[in-house]
Amino acid sequence: MAAATALLNLKKDFPLLVNEPTLVYLDSASTALKPRAVIEAVEEYYTNYSANVHRGLYDLSERATAAYEGAREKVRTFIHAGSSREIIFTSGTTASINLVALSWGRSMLKRDDEIILSILDHHSNIVPWQLLAKDIGCKLKFIDCDSKGRLKLDQLSKLLSRRTKLIALSHVSNALGTINQLTTLTQKAHAIGAKVLIDAAQSVPHMPLNVEHLNCDFLAFSGHKLGGPTGIGVLYAKEELLKQMPPVFGGGDMIREVHTDHSSWNDLPWKFEAGTPPIAQAIGLGAAIDYYAKIGMSKVRAHEHALTEYALKKLAELPGLTIYGPADAAEQSGVISFTLEGVHPHDISSLLNEEKIAIRAGHHCCMPLMDRLKIPATARVSFGVYNSTEDIDRLIEGLKKVQKIFKV
Amino acid sequence: MDIYRDTIIELYKTPLNKRRIEEADITHSGANVTCGDRVRIYLKLDKAGSEGVIGDASFEGEGCAISIAMASLLTEELKGVRVDEVLKWDQETLFDLLGTEVGATRIKCALLPLETIQKGLTGAA
Ligand SMILES: Cc1ncc(COP(=O)(O)O)c(C=O)c1O
Repeated sequence: MAAATALLNLKKDFPLLVNEPTLVYLDSASTALKPRAVIEAVEEYYTNYSANVHRGLYDLSERATAAYEGAREKVRTFIHAGSSREIIFTSGTTASINLVALSWGRSMLKRDDEIILSILDHHSNIVPWQLLAKDIGCKLKFIDCDSKGRLKLDQLSKLLSRRTKLIALSHVSNALGTINQLTTLTQKAHAIGAKVLIDAAQSVPHMPLNVEHLNCDFLAFSGHKLGGPTGIGVLYAKEELLKQMPPVFGGGDMIREVHTDHSSWNDLPWKFEAGTPPIAQAIGLGAAIDYYAKIGMSKVRAHEHALTEYALKKLAELPGLTIYGPADAAEQSGVISFTLEGVHPHDISSLLNEEKIAIRAGHHCCMPLMDRLKIPATARVSFGVYNSTEDIDRLIEGLKKVQKIFKV
Repeated sequence: MDIYRDTIIELYKTPLNKRRIEEADITHSGANVTCGDRVRIYLKLDKAGSEGVIGDASFEGEGCAISIAMASLLTEELKGVRVDEVLKWDQETLFDLLGTEVGATRIKCALLPLETIQKGLTGAA
């Protein structure tokens, strides 16, 4: 196999795989396994300096603050943002998108303004906008996709109008793996004064990403899909927007002065971080970023590209297997959705579980996309840096066994 | 898993009572949105005998092997049973019918047909 040189060999860095050597984990799009360095960083915080941040006047708190703000700086470097004032810690992608809807959306949008989303989007990039639309009476439009799950970006000119205020869509589809090309879309949006939000939950962990090149206004991702802890995520937004946006949550840390009749807000980014933040989680995310940065995101992408190419070829050899999505490793991340004729995806997943192979089955939080593709559910495999071609061989053996049991 | 025995696979591939009853007294639909399982059940009450006995039962729908096999077995078992009896059926009844227990990850699939039937019966009563 020509691409073999691209493959990484990192299972040993992941304690869960060391403890469960026979497990084949193929659900990284849902959440990624944690490298030892992340677990150790969290343990180090809880064991040796678990103080609050931004308040204590003692050494431990100073150390915690330095580690928390250090993690923010790591995020900034990782996604190539201009300033750490543009990096807001949230609890995850979902919270980041909701924050934009509640703050920017409610303060900047009016009745009959329009927001463009895509049919590939995760519920977390649909429902917050539906709530906003219901609240203020703005309208939602959807960019359609073709039968291979590729966005019909040529439709954009028709969807854009002078009422368009925002295009919000996923960078990479979590259900099909499609990588959306967003440069032209962003230019077109900006040309008419609309903003662009990118749901990067499935791209930040899997490929090099540069917010300045993307020139997006907002970008959201989750720490746990990058091997960090759960409960931590990031909202990147351009500083000029964050300055205009009102806070959503009020409380400690986000204020400068509080009086009984009014308050004033803290500087960026803390204006949007009310209360004690997820300190251990942010420190863990910082460690995850160090881990991935050391490998290099181009190498991560090359590894997952090689695995995807290998898996697409092997899967296509199985009779009755249909792949949803581009079915081309150049156009998709390490996510492959498929169905097997005569076997429901849930039965595939349950039977593979018997073989210690973990995959996902269902609508993948993309019900509008499933409706569009006219299928109730798919089985989905997704790769991480710790997967190998042996894992895919085990998957193929498992699927053959499923076919045998179902006599298809 | 014990559940994927040949008998269950057979019931999935060639289900029993998978048809519509045109003159049904009760029809009701249910779905497990997370799985994409959908069933619609049809019940014909036997008026000739004692009131409230199920004369005929059938279903339509799509779903996994567990939900389809379960719907087959249930609709078969329902015939001739009193409505108030059916309302007492629970998870254990289903495990008896299946001949095995179903774990937490798949219990919703097994429960869907019975829940749909019971909702149909109470809604109609
Ligand atoms: C594309 C996409 N957007 C958003 C989310 C939501 O992420 P979280 O649940 O971490 O907030 C996910 C996670 O499944 C995703 O894949």
